[in-house]
Amino acid sequence: MSGHSQYVPQSAPAKWLEARLPVISLIRGSFVDFPTPKNLNYWWTFGGIAFAVLVAQIITGIVLVMHYTPHETLAFASVEHIMRDVNYGWLVRYLHANGASFFFIAVYIHILRGLYYGSYKAPREISWILGVLIFLVMMATAFMGYVLPWGQMSLWGATVITNLFSALPVVGEHITTWLWGGFSVGNPTLNRFFSLHYLLPFVLIGIILLHIWAFHTTGNNNPAGVDPKSEKDTVPFHPYYTVKDLFAIIVFFIFFAWFTFYLPNFMGHPDNYIEANPMVTPAHIVPEWYFLPFYAILRAVPDKLGGVLAMFGAIAILFVLPWLDTSKVRSAKFRPIYRWFVFLFAVNVFFLGWLGGQPAEGWFVTASRICTVLYFAHFLVVLPLLGKMEKTRPLPASINDDVLASGKAH
Amino acid sequence: MTFKLFKTAGIAALACGVLAGSPALASGDAPHIDEQSWSFSGPFGQYDKAQLQRGFKIYQEVCSSCHSMHYLSFRNLAEEGGPGFSVDEVKALAAEYEVTDGPNSDGEMFERPAKPFDRFPSPFANVEEAKVSNGGAYPPDLSLIAKARGTGRGWKILSDVFTQYQEGGPDYIYNLLTGYKEEFPACAGEQDNYYNPKFIGGSLPAECNGGHLTGGGIAMAPPLSDEIVEYTDGTPMTVDQYARDVSAFLMWTAEPKLEQRKRMGLGVLSFLVIFASLLYFSKRKIWKNVDH
Repeated sequence: MSGHSQYVPQSAPAKWLEARLPVISLIRGSFVDFPTPKNLNYWWTFGGIAFAVLVAQIITGIVLVMHYTPHETLAFASVEHIMRDVNYGWLVRYLHANGASFFFIAVYIHILRGLYYGSYKAPREISWILGVLIFLVMMATAFMGYVLPWGQMSLWGATVITNLFSALPVVGEHITTWLWGGFSVGNPTLNRFFSLHYLLPFVLIGIILLHIWAFHTTGNNNPAGVDPKSEKDTVPFHPYYTVKDLFAIIVFFIFFAWFTFYLPNFMGHPDNYIEANPMVTPAHIVPEWYFLPFYAILRAVPDKLGGVLAMFGAIAILFVLPWLDTSKVRSAKFRPIYRWFVFLFAVNVFFLGWLGGQPAEGWFVTASRICTVLYFAHFLVVLPLLGKMEKTRPLPASINDDVLASGKAH
Repeated sequence: MTFKLFKTAGIAALACGVLAGSPALASGDAPHIDEQSWSFSGPFGQYDKAQLQRGFKIYQEVCSSCHSMHYLSFRNLAEEGGPGFSVDEVKALAAEYEVTDGPNSDGEMFERPAKPFDRFPSPFANVEEAKVSNGGAYPPDLSLIAKARGTGRGWKILSDVFTQYQEGGPDYIYNLLTGYKEEFPACAGEQDNYYNPKFIGGSLPAECNGGHLTGGGIAMAPPLSDEIVEYTDGTPMTVDQYARDVSAFLMWTAEPKLEQRKRMGLGVLSFLVIFASLLYFSKRKIWKNVDH
């Protein structure tokens, strides 16, 4: 990435530093002079948005830890202490709780953009795989974070999810006991989840840097899906995309603030304002909204082990997506049939999310099963076949040609 | 360009609305909760101090004989955004209660009058004592009850995003307190508690299924009756008014920083909107000579 830097150190201290550790040219090469396709639309801003939310999460999280106590008899009360007695504690906690949801909103849109424009295809497979890894780690982080307030949903959500591992043959029970640090979710579980919840966001930052490194090596994908051919196709990252991304981030934060200040408990579950009680099971145990599509897949399979495998498989299949899609054309803009399928796929995932929030009974179960089959069929049947059968539209000669052609069409 | 922007924003809003609200949809036969109008709803919502003071009086004279409120201290009653008691009033009020302190230098626990920094004393020493005194049912702590109760909103969650509906708790408490029926429906047979069709924790025997009956037996006897608490400001002394006032009070105990939060929200949103507009025009200027 430093290869794109046009930076020549001028001052003596800059020359001194550059000769020893070329950070200035590294940063300039990656985030200032970096040649970026000029046709990126607003769907491309969600990576930067997600990163901004992650930074906000880390800052609010560090402050929360200064006041939070990870102990089964004190955790719930310490959260109330933050809400009532810590200066602006309510603000920090509501930002953090809603920030988790908005991180997922940004990341889901970011993933959907990748699917629509074929950003996972050669040569960006590594970037995509790292992205799926980020998704997995953030899911683990969010799940463990939800346990920390030690409300009823914290305890029982943790119980349901950790119990999934007991479905594994032979070693299942042992793994569950090992995860819990005991024979049920309790204080040792809370302590280790707290430790990992603090650690994993920094792991995320590391994977995100690799993710960026990877697509800065290949260059960004773009809505036309063709590689930049000349300088007419690109603009330097700064100021063009710094201002565009910052604008998008602030607009996104308007939504974030709307929820944090006016609907702070909209995303939460009332039961989590009841302190955890191992003797009382809530009527419906539902995970946070961002897990619901996968929760629906879990419950769609009548066999416990099968359900667990289907749920993890639903994410694992994303790792091999670059090889399941056989089409040579990246962007859905030039794939008239694929664009419908990717739209249907998104609707299907939304619907699965809704089903995940319903009780597992009656037609909800049947619908979950159909949607689960459709989910996997998209990857295992539609993408491999469509790439061979679909008649794609002719690709533009360059990004610039595509931009000029769209300009005329308007 | 602008169109693309709106499209993106629209999808983001949809994602917030549909996905985020899904857990709230989980429900079986949830009681129908009539929405009330509250002074603290909406972007400019504020508590009605007189109402909170009346609600506190109901808590003190009725609820507190069975229900604890252990996340609240006397001092909270004089804090900004609350019922607006003066510091001296709170001191005098706290002094009416005895609390256990200690150990002193002799190693003994002792009783002393409460101070503003003390928590509200609980009516029972522990959960077991509370249960045995209440026929086996534990009267829940009321500090957070207005955020710990709610019913599924169904598709209303989509409009809730715009109307900022966050009053499911007080609506539920009001409905519960005014929802008691004299007798169980015949299908329920003999029951040893009280019938409340609004109670989300109750259920009726299988014989009642299909009758569109909701709720069920609740261990708490109807706590309110007309003129049970003396109002001195001319407010009607009815069950309806009491239920309204105590629900508002419990919203404050659950969310004591609501006023501060909404006030700051207005400032933050105004700033973000202005900042976003400036960035939008900066962006347009920077991109002016680039076809994209």
